[in-house]
Amino acid sequence: MFVFEFMRNAFLASTFIAITCGLVGVFVVARNLSFLSHTLSEIGFAGAAFGVFVGLSPLNGMLLFTGASSLIVGTLSVEKSHREASISAVSSLFIGLGILFLSLSNKNASYATNILFGSIVGISVAEVNQLILLSGIALIALLAVYRILVFDSFDGVGAASQNIHRNLLSMFFLILLALSVSIGAQIVGSLLVFILLTLPAASAQYMGRSVPSMLAFSLGFALIGVWLGLYLGYVTNWPVTFFIASIEVVIYLLSLIYNRWQTN
Amino acid sequence: MHKDSILDIEHLTVRFPDKTVLDDINLSIQRGTMVSLIGENGAGKTTLIRTILHQLKPTKGKIIAHPGAGRRHLEIGYVPQFRNIDTGYPLSIKSFVGLNRLKHRWPFYLPQEHAALISALKRTNLLKLQNIRLGSASGGEKQRAYLAQALVNDPELLILDEATASLDVKAKNELMTLVQQLNQSDQLTVIFITHDFELAQKYTQRFMFLNEGKIETGPVADLSEKFLEAHA
Repeated sequence: MFVFEFMRNAFLASTFIAITCGLVGVFVVARNLSFLSHTLSEIGFAGAAFGVFVGLSPLNGMLLFTGASSLIVGTLSVEKSHREASISAVSSLFIGLGILFLSLSNKNASYATNILFGSIVGISVAEVNQLILLSGIALIALLAVYRILVFDSFDGVGAASQNIHRNLLSMFFLILLALSVSIGAQIVGSLLVFILLTLPAASAQYMGRSVPSMLAFSLGFALIGVWLGLYLGYVTNWPVTFFIASIEVVIYLLSLIYNRWQTN
Repeated sequence: MHKDSILDIEHLTVRFPDKTVLDDINLSIQRGTMVSLIGENGAGKTTLIRTILHQLKPTKGKIIAHPGAGRRHLEIGYVPQFRNIDTGYPLSIKSFVGLNRLKHRWPFYLPQEHAALISALKRTNLLKLQNIRLGSASGGEKQRAYLAQALVNDPELLILDEATASLDVKAKNELMTLVQQLNQSDQLTVIFITHDFELAQKYTQRFMFLNEGKIETGPVADLSEKFLEAHA
């Protein structure tokens, strides 16, 4: 299957997507931001539609929207009790906007499907290079704040008693999350990118007992999902996203069973 | 300033827009002692501690720290009051204790950091339990893990914020005995914030009593007297 250029591109792109989302996801789950990552992917959809409308690439449109909105959410909703409601409001607004931009730009329905549910055929070499560059930036950012982020994500109370700029760190992570959402959406689509950001990491929490081992499990699960998903999609001609989602859910269930078995 | 004090607090005043929480406090904490900090809720215990930890700036006055020989600054270990560790918490005790290593940026521990981590586990009798998940540990084991995390940077001063509040009597005494051992064997100075007079009298030598922005100190034997006076 690697004779086809689009498959080579898809494999390369999804490898970097899995690395980024698998690693960043560990912190998404530890910081209880699964719901927010889902919202950011909807905002990403609106961003991609906006990009198409004004003549940007969908990826750049997404980066613009998710980046801006992560800053807004970060400043708006620090209080937990209000967070869910304000996130829901923001999310509804952005899905509406996405539909509006798509209809204004006169693109057909299959284009919308590609943005929402992902597509492996459309990725060019230039886009792959941009994805690799963005992944690199995300990983360097993660590495730069690694220890503080680990402390703050896995023991917020303990981290608060150290002299850490927690709000700044939170904001920094939200931008990192926005970047990861935009990267991940390129293969699995904006509606399902949160699969890669939450499920491998949630499974990894059942398997690992240290942060490095969770990162390794999460990375492994994400890679298995996208690689196997691409292969099965190629063989059956069914949507890749369907396979990735199903594989991650199966891994999650197996991890859950493993954890139950271990604790008993 | 007293001879061999670890912390000297001089004319410390902390004022918030609506009230003066600490009002011209003078205090000296001797190296190697165990002191309890007592006061009603809202008396300013947390404000005092946060000022000592450099999280709040004094409105007036100053806190002078005296680090021991060969140390550049006074390392303070702090065990906060509330921790939200539920049964699903994934990290092992060892990983949890190691979270408090912020001096280096590497994603992996340097050999001397790993040695410090093992030493903190040893000092809190957690070496055998290091690989179990913190979420599945008992209340007393959890408190020991919080203590170990505060010890991992080898502090000279340890501040326990209501560390025994959620424990049963047996676990309370076990934890305090452990703290007392650390105090005696390592010359660790301890500030123990508590509402529990019995524990304060049993395990600490001196008390600091905060009331309406003022502080009174003395040997713990006088504690019940002071308390009754304040409430007369």
